[in-house]
Amino acid sequence: MSLTADQIRQVAHLARLELKPEMTDAYARQLSNIMAMVGQLSQADTSNVLPMAHPLDMYQRLRLDAVTEPNEREAFQTIAPATENGLYLVPKVLD
Amino acid sequence: MHKLSIKQLSDGLHGKQFSSRELTQFYLGRIARYEPSLNSLITTTADRALAQADAADAVIAAGTAGPLTGVPLIQKDIFCTKGVRTSCASKMLDKFIAPYDATIVQKLDAAGMVMLGKANMDEFAMGSSNETSWYGPVKNPWDLERVPGGSSGGSVAAVAAGLAPVATATDTGGSIRQPAALTNLTGIKPTYGRVSRYGMIAFASSLDQGGVVARSAEDAAIVLQAMSGFDPRDSTSVDRPVDDYVAALGNSIKGLRIGLPKEYFAEGLAPSSRARIEQAIEVFKKLGASFTEVSLPNSPLSVPTYYVVAPAEASSNLSRFDGVRFGHRSETARTLEELYKRSRGEGFGAEVQRRIMIGTYVLSHGYYDAYYLQAQKVRRLIYEDFRRAFESVDLLLSPTATDTAFKFGTNADDPVAMYLNDIYTIAANLAGIPAMSLSCGFADGLPVGLQLMGNFFDESRMLNAAHQYQQATDWHLRSPKGFE
Repeated sequence: MSLTADQIRQVAHLARLELKPEMTDAYARQLSNIMAMVGQLSQADTSNVLPMAHPLDMYQRLRLDAVTEPNEREAFQTIAPATENGLYLVPKVLD
Repeated sequence: MHKLSIKQLSDGLHGKQFSSRELTQFYLGRIARYEPSLNSLITTTADRALAQADAADAVIAAGTAGPLTGVPLIQKDIFCTKGVRTSCASKMLDKFIAPYDATIVQKLDAAGMVMLGKANMDEFAMGSSNETSWYGPVKNPWDLERVPGGSSGGSVAAVAAGLAPVATATDTGGSIRQPAALTNLTGIKPTYGRVSRYGMIAFASSLDQGGVVARSAEDAAIVLQAMSGFDPRDSTSVDRPVDDYVAALGNSIKGLRIGLPKEYFAEGLAPSSRARIEQAIEVFKKLGASFTEVSLPNSPLSVPTYYVVAPAEASSNLSRFDGVRFGHRSETARTLEELYKRSRGEGFGAEVQRRIMIGTYVLSHGYYDAYYLQAQKVRRLIYEDFRRAFESVDLLLSPTATDTAFKFGTNADDPVAMYLNDIYTIAANLAGIPAMSLSCGFADGLPVGLQLMGNFFDESRMLNAAHQYQQATDWHLRSPKGFE
């Protein structure tokens, strides 16, 4: 399994990562090596094997539909990069 | 004083031989003296520590203290600490002051422990050498030119150098056990779900588990006891009573059945490490344990399975870092998409970027079945191997790492070679079982680690076996030169 620089750029776009242009070739080589190692998985016979998402047989616990968390908007906004009037600021989305 | 066990420290505090303030000042003094050569801490919290120490002294004076009251520790910088920077060793969170405490921070604070600081680590716990930290690599106190292992490299370097009696750590694929092995410490990763993950910054949620690194199994048992237990704030926390780890330490291990997984002793294990493990097996035999060879036939597939499952989960978990609500924000972005991409491009280091991209790739349309689904199926095969093995043995014994600590830069441009460091540790995370590392001697002056793996929720039996071994040997009591 070999990844090209173009594929790296596409994956980086999907992951919303801006790569330094000079890193693209190194990433292509390294990810190709990693995917070659991962390719060993195809050797395993997994017919009739159920996928295992999680180590424990768990169920989603339920709780009463009651407010348990206090409103900490101010505490959370003090660590935000940019806020105004209690809102988070981002660059303009619409012109 | 820095060579005393937690029990001895506690006895000293209760017997008024020294106060928690004196003990805390002693460790802060060692941090000031030795930390510049190690880089094991990202943040030192001296004022907070002294305030906690004074509170502990008041509790001791009032006669209501517990076994950990006034005992100092270091928290891995992956655990949120209210009002204190929680960086996960990433530029992304360099200015992140956590607005709340992780459950284990609350629990250890409530037990009266004194936090000296926050330990360095691999960025977002992704690494096996502590070379990926944005704050620079951590040095191994046994040889300053070598890595301490990772990702909990700061936690182990600090404890091995006597900057704290104990430290918290986390383990997604070996991040407690491999660094413990490389620094002559005892490190335990409990069963998945035993220790709350609330407030522990997520890497791969079906694998991540908190634990502890210490100078002995006894110290590890005492602290793990205080960390463990059900937490309604963690949806994967297991609602089941915690065994009395400390009470079980003194049990005889006569009749204990230990399996030796033959795949863990195959090609690739350094001969000097193999020799130390074989000597340790003889000690366990003298203590009454019996050994049989077992097979975990799918273990050669554990590294490839892990490098699909862990990056897939990481790519999802780390999508929360978008430059909007907290964390690093690019100053040059003109559009929302640029804000996401640049904040993440600037905030994440190369190893984190690699893993996000692998995860994105294996989850993308056209590759999901061949990689992600296949990895989840192989994960079940690995789990079934362990289930079968534990039908005939109580514990499994293996090496923790293929060799002793390596030099900085060894695998700088070869991620696959770095990933193979965790070849013996990853399977326990995939299966969810508890596992620990303890020291079993030295090769060329560097520590060699031995791994014990147990059945689900069998921490007690593992810690008991490790403690009995440590009563018969003194490897764990040795300290690195230059840190006396």
